[in-house]
Amino acid sequence: MSQQQFMQNPWSNWMKGEGPDSDIVISTRLRIARNLRQHPFPLLATDSQAEEVVKKVTEVSESEAMRKRHRLQMIQMDQVNPLEKKVLVEKHLISPHLAEESRKGAVLLSKDESVSIMINEEDHIRIQVLLPGFRLNEAWEMGTKIDDIFEKHLNYAFDEKRGYLTSCPTNVGTGIRASVMLHLPALVMTQQISRILQAINQVGLVVRGIYGEGSEALGNLFQLSNQVTLGMSETDILSNLYGVARQIIEQERVARQYLQEHTRVSLEDRIFRSYGILLHARTMESKEAAQRLSDLRLGIDLGVIPNVSPLVLNELLVTTQPGFLQQHAGQKLTPEQRDERRARLIRERINAGRPSHDNGIL
Amino acid sequence: MNCEECGKRPATLHLTKIVNGEKTEYHICEQCAQEKGDVFTGFHNFSINNLLSGLLKFDPMQKNGRESSTSKPLRCETCGLTYAQFSKSGRFGCSDCYTFLGDKLDPLFRRIHGNTQHIGKVPERTGGQLKIRKELEQLKSALQRYVASEEFEKAAEMRDRIRMLEQKMSQS
Repeated sequence: MSQQQFMQNPWSNWMKGEGPDSDIVISTRLRIARNLRQHPFPLLATDSQAEEVVKKVTEVSESEAMRKRHRLQMIQMDQVNPLEKKVLVEKHLISPHLAEESRKGAVLLSKDESVSIMINEEDHIRIQVLLPGFRLNEAWEMGTKIDDIFEKHLNYAFDEKRGYLTSCPTNVGTGIRASVMLHLPALVMTQQISRILQAINQVGLVVRGIYGEGSEALGNLFQLSNQVTLGMSETDILSNLYGVARQIIEQERVARQYLQEHTRVSLEDRIFRSYGILLHARTMESKEAAQRLSDLRLGIDLGVIPNVSPLVLNELLVTTQPGFLQQHAGQKLTPEQRDERRARLIRERINAGRPSHDNGIL
Repeated sequence: MNCEECGKRPATLHLTKIVNGEKTEYHICEQCAQEKGDVFTGFHNFSINNLLSGLLKFDPMQKNGRESSTSKPLRCETCGLTYAQFSKSGRFGCSDCYTFLGDKLDPLFRRIHGNTQHIGKVPERTGGQLKIRKELEQLKSALQRYVASEEFEKAAEMRDRIRMLEQKMSQS
């Protein structure tokens, strides 16, 4: 697989829309932060030290043990253009920090993009596993095995008292950050969300909107993740997150049921209005697109709208982002041009009804 | 929740400040945070770093003047990062910073994580090496003690064990 395909093809494994509770949990992500003992952290490293880290890490990634599990391909940040980096960020394969601020940053990607290993981000190594649906344990299993392979060959910065040492004190200890991407339209519509978000902050977890600024969550998509990394075992961190996510999922289901039973007409009206606009609009801002697509997703989940695959929505989550639109167009676009292309893309994809199928302009 | 200051915009910043055991909570929006300069200075590029350095500045040890200009500034001898630099950036320079800044970090970890001691995964190989290194340290100090007290037979025993462990270290 060529490096280009990671940037051209919108599809990542996490968008497959499968796995447990995939009507509410779009994806599960697990990140493990690790550092090498003898090297200064990336923030202070010289270029040659940073290059050495890239070399050491890639050597292990090409080892027999790793190749048995994952075929990884490296992309160096200084060899791709800003637009391509943006696409990788929009696909959640790299962080904005790696794209914009790292020196000698690189990423190792597995073919289906479920594994991405960032080098010289804030920490020397950041192993990320990204899976569709609600699959925390599976993500941890995959991540910890990759971690073990690296550890066999690299001297990790580890301390008995503080655990895995990281550049930022918020990651020290286990170095893991687990998160789930949740679609919670009914909790937002019934205005229960802020109460829930407040409660979550009290149990060592954080919620934030995935797209959009501050507390405003575009498209009703929320990311729930653990805050504490020190003084809790990985298993406890994951089961804590699992338990809370489970409850939120149930609450969302109850709220959906409530809306269907008590406000069916206005709920369906909202869904079909959005559906109509998505099918016919000639220009659409990203904010509106996110909201309308969320309505459509809810409509599909509730069985109100048949014949549209939820996979298309996962694909559109990524392809309607500014970087991807421009990458696809092969040129820089003004916001107005983007809005026009976004509207066209949405029409095409929803009409096509199935992914990876380009049937030209509607 | 709406901002406590203007009551209009949604509160996007939630801060809890504890001074002398008294807890104050703020729920405000970014605009008001910027205007409320004395409590929340430098909000323009607000990030986790700023929050962290905020936490560090509330450190009562600094308030009591423990880190006055006369005493030697606390710094990491490997990468040279000082405690002051760390409290500004909120980032460590290398893994040895954790050792050199040492116990001073306990209050920070307690505030972020509610804990100071790791109880999760231990790396198989590095973990094993850690044990050996600790044992080595102990043996070396024992060796010095025996040399000082002229117990050479015991000293020789220590020396052999040190050699053995050092060999084991270099092999793994």
